[in-house]
Amino acid sequence: MLLLQTSIPVPKDIPLPFPAPEWFLVTILIISFLVHIVFVNLMLGGSLLTLWCQIKGIKNKEYDTLAHEIAKTITVNKSLAVVMGIAPLLTINTLYTVFFYTANSLTGLMWIAIIPLVTVAFLLTYLHKYTWNTFSNNKPIHILIIAFACIIFMIIPLVFFTNVNLMLFPEKWGTIKGFMSALLLPNVFPRYLHFIFASLAVTGLFLFWYVGRKNYDFESIFNQLTRYEVKKKAYSLVLAASVSQFIIGPIVLLTLPSKGLGWNLILVIFTGAIISLPAIFYMYKAIVGKPENINKNFKIVVICLTITVVFMGSGRHIYRANALNPHIKMISEKTQSFIKESEIARQESAKPQTAVSDKTDSNKGLEIFEQNCAACHAKDEKVVGPPIREMQTIYSNNPSGLKAWIKAPGKKREGYPQMPAFANKLSDSELNQLSNYILTIK
Amino acid sequence: MDIPLFHLDWLNNRMLIAIIATLHALINHSLAVGFMPLVTWLENKGVVNSNPHEITDPKWDKMVYKMMWTAFIITTTIGAMTGVGIWFSVSLVSPNSIASLIRVFYFAWFVEWLVFVTEVVLILIYFLTWKNANKTLKAKTRHIKFGWYLSVFSWVTMAIIVSILGFMMDPGNWNNEQSLINGFTNPLYLPQLLYRTPLAMVLAGTLGLFLVSVFTNKGDTIRIKAFRYIGKWILCWLPFAVAGAVYYFNVIPKTMLANLQVAIGTQSFQQWYDIMWKVIVGSSIIILITAIITVWKPQIMKSYFLAITLVFALGFMGLFERVREFIRKPYIISEYMYSNLLREEDYPLYKKDGILKWATYNSTPTVTNENKVEAGRNVFMLACSRCHTTQGINSITYVFDRMYGNTGKPFKEDMMKSYIKNMHKSREYMPPFPGNDLELDALVAYIKQLQVTNEVLEGAQEVGVAINKDQSVEAFKSQFANKETQNESQNNLVKK
Ligand code: HEC
Ligand code: HEC
Repeated sequence: MLLLQTSIPVPKDIPLPFPAPEWFLVTILIISFLVHIVFVNLMLGGSLLTLWCQIKGIKNKEYDTLAHEIAKTITVNKSLAVVMGIAPLLTINTLYTVFFYTANSLTGLMWIAIIPLVTVAFLLTYLHKYTWNTFSNNKPIHILIIAFACIIFMIIPLVFFTNVNLMLFPEKWGTIKGFMSALLLPNVFPRYLHFIFASLAVTGLFLFWYVGRKNYDFESIFNQLTRYEVKKKAYSLVLAASVSQFIIGPIVLLTLPSKGLGWNLILVIFTGAIISLPAIFYMYKAIVGKPENINKNFKIVVICLTITVVFMGSGRHIYRANALNPHIKMISEKTQSFIKESEIARQESAKPQTAVSDKTDSNKGLEIFEQNCAACHAKDEKVVGPPIREMQTIYSNNPSGLKAWIKAPGKKREGYPQMPAFANKLSDSELNQLSNYILTIK
Repeated sequence: MDIPLFHLDWLNNRMLIAIIATLHALINHSLAVGFMPLVTWLENKGVVNSNPHEITDPKWDKMVYKMMWTAFIITTTIGAMTGVGIWFSVSLVSPNSIASLIRVFYFAWFVEWLVFVTEVVLILIYFLTWKNANKTLKAKTRHIKFGWYLSVFSWVTMAIIVSILGFMMDPGNWNNEQSLINGFTNPLYLPQLLYRTPLAMVLAGTLGLFLVSVFTNKGDTIRIKAFRYIGKWILCWLPFAVAGAVYYFNVIPKTMLANLQVAIGTQSFQQWYDIMWKVIVGSSIIILITAIITVWKPQIMKSYFLAITLVFALGFMGLFERVREFIRKPYIISEYMYSNLLREEDYPLYKKDGILKWATYNSTPTVTNENKVEAGRNVFMLACSRCHTTQGINSITYVFDRMYGNTGKPFKEDMMKSYIKNMHKSREYMPPFPGNDLELDALVAYIKQLQVTNEVLEGAQEVGVAINKDQSVEAFKSQFANKETQNESQNNLVKK
């Protein structure tokens, strides 16, 4: 079946140079993206934790308080997540222009739906935060509010992953019919899961630090829960999420289409994974160890996991570069040859206009009429404006009146649109030729 | 052409951008640029007017805090997201234009981003530390200082954006000098800034009055006091806003004014110029009356009247925003790229070969008798769909029918053809038709079919794309192979 076979497009790029060297843009992209994604992680993970704590809080009031404490951080993290997203968005637009825009366009409705969806989710988090006392006797409703926000926060990354995944596969572009079919491309869901677990890990670390700060007055906020208990729980979350990544990670790698896989990628990913091992070890030790030792090695854990994240982020970029480079090369050659062809056509069209000047006056008048007036006026019948016959009856003895009208037409006839003015478009001699033509044509 | 075309066949693509952009501009001006200095000023008044043993007047401070709370919630949700939304919608509707601008203005946007990050961090600090700052006078003074920093950064964010807007509206710049400085030195920059700054202050003032009326009770002394202060604030800024609007409007180049007629509504709106002035004069008078009453007779001021004033003030600005959005037609980047996303300099090539041949995504690279209507649909998508729909707002059958006198009769092909060939001359807001004669035939056949079938044109987001075989990897490879063999034979010739 020929119909099923679609070809791979080679579009042209924007025919303008990059604003900065490529390595510079790539560096900005990787770093700014990581910063953005950490805040997104905190926003999503924070909302999920809040929901979980609040459900637990129905039975145990202490957890409701913990939920409230976590909820307060979402306000800040979500605002930073949005602003921090602008730099990577700007940069990916610059580096991968046609790829990114094509993916956006093919999933357009969902892509633009991000705007109202996130707005609603943000409003819900505020509603949730500022109605804590209002709904203190109506917990299910209050929990429902944050649950809705969580659902939206869970959907948004899916849209982003669908897009950045789709942009890698020009060979699929011809087969995509809307967001759903792009969502079902292999690899979207494994990457999504990878991200969700990363969110839980990052949020766990954040919580560990947040409740452990010196000027955080833990004891006056909580009655029974201790710092140690919360920290232990936070660490357990990080540990569980990190270990799970050792299962999800390989699945992500295996489901990646082979075109971007290379030894450079494997090397970076494995190094990143190995660097996380000490962190996992120290967290385990802290969880099973004595309460007073829980803070030991926190810095090492954070440093190791940060390095892991940087390696994974770089791996992402390496895959993208591996996968797209051949196509990018074709595109830039195509763009160059297009620019040349356009140049040739431009020069050709500029040449043969010398013949015009040796035309007779009435020929020129006809030509001017054809070019400027024929769209709306014909000889004997109404088109948009009145026919030439009518002009002749009005202006037969008044060529200057005709010229004045053409320069700055008024509004006379009921139900006709406004005629455009030609004051700046026709010279005096052209106006003379035109009015001669109109008034003399039989 | 190189990027699949997203298309909304009911709402109209430009309308999508216009709605999001106008909403954003209104929120940004009334709740950020103008509101931050107003709130800081009022917060300071609380400290200045408090009893000697107090840091600030607590009732007054609470009212100002509530005003800030409102601004905080709205700017960090709808405000921030519509800002991102402008970008999303523009990159869907006219990807090539925004991509070109980013290639040239990358660092301008980058600096804008840094300023914006600072603004957001400051707004978080300012709002979230408000209550703690009330504990000591030192903390309060510092807090007020943060308010002023925040005001400055809100203003700078706007000042940079205006430069980019001004750049797009001013003809000629793109081809001569593609640099950032140009955005600031172009003749529209200063007028825009001089109009937007005081207008933002006036908008913030009218909004402030309304919020005070919501957050205080009738007869409260702080209500009366707040009315007086804000009334004076408005009286100070209003003359500048009106002068700025007049100045701005007079500087917009003449060629662009030719398009203004369509900008405000539809063509039947002949008295657009009068309307513009009526709105300016009308809203200014209403705002003036409101401000005068709140200063001299604050007791009689009613909430609903303030709400009405607010609506007028927002209308004043909304109208200008809409005008700006439409002014730069037919170009999307002056004298470089038309609104149909085609570059002016490529027109000769398209005229020669046809646009369909060069469009990466289309099912009919060449027009034949069999595929005529389908080809016409593709031409429409490329040449007209950024501004016209087939069945919705500004639909193509509606504009043709209206032009021919609303008769509903079948369109005449020859007339349509001669119109489309010259449409850029008679209606300057439209770009010239880019294709060749065969494509024009096809387009006309398609529009005539639309007149009788009511079929809907679906964008790439729904039906996907067909890949033009001439622009595929296979075609590219064979072309490339040809070049290689040509080179080889040339080499052979040289050798011989
Ligand atoms: C966009 C369509 C359009 C174009 C292009 C156009 N006209 Fe018109 N013209 C009209 C309409 C509509 C009217 C009727 C206006 C009215 O009566 O209010 C009109 C009216 C006229 C009249 C009648 C004036 C009168 O006193 O009643 C003349 C003469 C005329 N046009 C000449 C021209 C010439 C010459 C050109 C080319 C340089 C031209 N028009 C281009 C639409 C057009
Ligand atoms: C830059 C955006 C833009 C593009 C691209 C565009 N148009 Fe228009 N067109 C407009 C606007 C705006 C109007 C006026 C609508 C109104 O007055 O309500 C209009 C009006 C028209 C009219 C009626 C003119 C009159 O005098 O009443 C026709 C016919 C028309 N367009 C055809 C086309 C065709 C065919 C194409 C594609 C080849 C096209 N347009 C491309 C913006 C555009």
